[in-house]
Amino acid sequence: MTGFLDEWAGFGITFNTMFRKTFTQGYPHKKGEEKVTMPRFHGRHQLNRWPDGLEKCVGCELCAWACPADAIYVEGADNTDENRYSPGERYGHVYQINYLRCIFCGMCIEACPTRALTMTNEFKIADTTRSKLIYTKDELLAPLLPGMEQPPHPRRLGDDEDDYFLGLPPTGELDTRTAARQGVAE
Amino acid sequence: MSVDAKTSAEVQPRPDLVNLTIDGVPVSVPKGTLIIRAAEMIGTNIPRFCDHPLLDPVGACRQCMVDIPDAGNGRGFPKPQASCTMPVAEGMVVNTQVTSEVAKKAQQGIMEFLLINHPLDCPICDKGGECPLQNQALSHGRGESRFGGLKRTFPKPVNVSAQILLDRERCVLCARCTRFSEQISGDPFIALVERGALQQVGIYEQDPYESYFSGNVVQICPVGALTSAAYRFQSRPFDLVSTTTTCEHCAAGCELRTDHRHHQVKRRLAGNNPAINEEWNCDKGRFGFVSAREDRLKYPLVRRDGVLKPASWPEAIDAAVEGLKKAGEAVGVQTGGRLTVENALGYSRFARAVLGTNNIDFRSRPSSDEEAQFLGAFVAGRAQLRYSDLDAAKRVVLVAFEPEDEMPIAFLRLRKLVRKQGLRVQTIAPFASVGSRKLSAELIAAAPGGEAAALESLTDLDGSAIILVGERAATLPGLLSTVARVADSTGARVAWMPRRAGDKGALDAGCLPGLLPGGRPVTDVAARVDVASAWGVDSLPAGPGLAADEQFAALAAGTLKAVVVAGVEPGDLADPAAALAGLEAADFVVSIEQRPSEVTERADVVFPAALVEEQSGHFRNWEGQDLTVGLVTTATQTPFTDLRILAALADALGKPLGMRTPAAAWTAFHELQDWDGGRPAAPAVAPAAAGEGLVLAGWRELLDASRGNDGEIALRATARRPVLRVSPATAERLGLDEVARVAANGRELVLPVVVTADMVDDVVWAPLNPGEDRLAVVPGRPVAVTAVTFEGGEDA
Repeated sequence: MTGFLDEWAGFGITFNTMFRKTFTQGYPHKKGEEKVTMPRFHGRHQLNRWPDGLEKCVGCELCAWACPADAIYVEGADNTDENRYSPGERYGHVYQINYLRCIFCGMCIEACPTRALTMTNEFKIADTTRSKLIYTKDELLAPLLPGMEQPPHPRRLGDDEDDYFLGLPPTGELDTRTAARQGVAE
Repeated sequence: MSVDAKTSAEVQPRPDLVNLTIDGVPVSVPKGTLIIRAAEMIGTNIPRFCDHPLLDPVGACRQCMVDIPDAGNGRGFPKPQASCTMPVAEGMVVNTQVTSEVAKKAQQGIMEFLLINHPLDCPICDKGGECPLQNQALSHGRGESRFGGLKRTFPKPVNVSAQILLDRERCVLCARCTRFSEQISGDPFIALVERGALQQVGIYEQDPYESYFSGNVVQICPVGALTSAAYRFQSRPFDLVSTTTTCEHCAAGCELRTDHRHHQVKRRLAGNNPAINEEWNCDKGRFGFVSAREDRLKYPLVRRDGVLKPASWPEAIDAAVEGLKKAGEAVGVQTGGRLTVENALGYSRFARAVLGTNNIDFRSRPSSDEEAQFLGAFVAGRAQLRYSDLDAAKRVVLVAFEPEDEMPIAFLRLRKLVRKQGLRVQTIAPFASVGSRKLSAELIAAAPGGEAAALESLTDLDGSAIILVGERAATLPGLLSTVARVADSTGARVAWMPRRAGDKGALDAGCLPGLLPGGRPVTDVAARVDVASAWGVDSLPAGPGLAADEQFAALAAGTLKAVVVAGVEPGDLADPAAALAGLEAADFVVSIEQRPSEVTERADVVFPAALVEEQSGHFRNWEGQDLTVGLVTTATQTPFTDLRILAALADALGKPLGMRTPAAAWTAFHELQDWDGGRPAAPAVAPAAAGEGLVLAGWRELLDASRGNDGEIALRATARRPVLRVSPATAERLGLDEVARVAANGRELVLPVVVTADMVDDVVWAPLNPGEDRLAVVPGRPVAVTAVTFEGGEDA
């Protein structure tokens, strides 16, 4: 039994929905209530810096070697006196982490010999394209804190490698050296 | 009966062997074997750093300690002994780290000592991941270090040469590099200096470490102390994909291990082929590969309105075919000397069966008809002598051949034989070169042109002697005829030593006007029928073909209309100006090249060809051995090899080439290698009378301005300084002091003068391709030399 209005019944649902209050799940659920992870949560990686802003990564690729998901790609290169990114001889020239592959296991962190690679608690990594999810070095590098300077620049914590590294505080203590202490104008 | 049930009593000792017991296992080894090798025979690996099978034992690192409770005479050694220096003795009892706590403790102690000052900077060390120290520290060392002090450090890295870098704090003082330099290559410019904790590898400040074999010290360094500027920080071992291949630089045929990362070759190492290069190679073979990828031709070019413009493959093929059709049979083909056998056969068949001409020549260098005859009579289609024949020889005579520059691995082989077996080397040359001195060669002094007479003066040659004649003999009239005659009358054996990797293969593939594949003479009807039936064509051209120089002359004269050129540098030819004039005058030039060159600039159609690392195939080295060229990277910048380009051209010309893959060409090549018919007669050219006045002598040094290494800055920096050499009398006569200008045929070269005591008078020696400026004259021809004086002192 078909009536004249049956064909229009579907539109009824459409019109009804148009005037219903929309439901969007917001995040954070309430303003000021962002999810707080546990302090050791494995989130997005970060490439750390020395107190003067030079990079800690030496491009050794041990993270890439350790990675069970083959998510990391690194190429090393030579520092020169004119173009210095890390205090030693070698730095990570290319550094990429593919977050479509990364399983956040943290093996790379364990492998890193210089504590250059650590993980933050950042977990909101969703994005719209594959290429945006391959994080490059500029996205992974830690932000510049006060006293830090964007490389390339000369070593500010010691004239040569010996000075630079032998000036480190003992294991377990914070590295509180600052570039300013070495007499460099901020 | 199982193997285990066999007791030592049941194993019959062999009388010619020495019997000893290692870890309770009876071993029989030849007399003189070192304990460390005897242990390898029962599968026990004693850790070692300084020990290398090809170097003399030295016992420098002390890592290979073993306990010897009985030295064969009933008495034992009170302390552990180094097993890499001690030969076995009858009845000896050896306990390695496997069974002896004493040996194990000694080895662990040594390892701990070695690691005290080792920086453990493995993450930034090029050796990390393939490092014997790293591996053996894990397998034979203690897990923990007891050393709490500061490690010794040195400023780093030190340039031993422009190419070789030294990180002194990583060194374990094994002396492999210094022993290699002294024993194998004969360039002892590095040595261990200082004492105690400060002992280090040092250089003589005055004499930089300039060796053609310096890359080998990087490869044999058991730690990361020696690294190369070219590979430093380029990659880690676990990124690399290795392919075994053959070096494309000279005709020695060295096996290489080529490593690539992401389809870019990062480094090349010497492969291990005991019959050819043992475990060594030369620096050109090791470091000379970057140039090839810097300025590649990536797409075909077609000349439109006088300008070369990028074109699609079909467009370029159509353009080439149109030009070649217009020229008909008046076409020449020049292949250059660097092709794989497969590509060379492609050119040979393309010229003869598709274009219908015998105008094909692989010699992109000064050549002569006499040489073509000599090659046809003695070399083409035949196996030459082998390296093993050199091993068995009592005497080697070098004629127009400078092994260190022209075939470095043959030089290393000769040097080893001189050192180990007392081989007698004689060289017919204008002076005793650096290489000749390292071979302790007797100099038979002869000015260029006088070699034939000098060879005939050697009346005591016999069957135990080998004459090695270089490709430069082509420029000296009568020399190859004399070599053939002397060999025939004395029984001495002869080998022709080409300089380029593709020369012997091209010769056997029929890339000479008068020779078909397998050394068949073109003039022989049966040979032509043989090849025509194999190639499925009705007939092959019978007329005489033009050699390379003749082709350029014919192009200029207009009798030849078009030319197909692959891998030829006009500057390498006897008369570069004539070659360029020929290319300019030609109606149509097809260039099949990898990189832009003087030929591609003058071409009407340019096809980009694949590099040797982008194709598979074979090189035939000077011996006639076929050596595999491995496909290193599949991500090619250009898809076509020479062979595939020729096949496409042949298809478009309507006469299929019949092969388009290396595998098909390889099969076709071998179908045509057996020929028992006639050979061309031996050449009989009378030596020319010695030239009047000052004549040029010279050869191309290994590291020169050749296209194969022009992008290698560090490698080129280790080349020898170009100089002019003259005898003291000539220097005095011409008033030469510090700098002189040598000129011929409108080109000149200004170089520092070195007065050489044993130089023949009225001869000036100059390197043939030292840099931007080069002479356009072949050795043996007159040149003018004038002193260059700097007036006005420092301002000049």
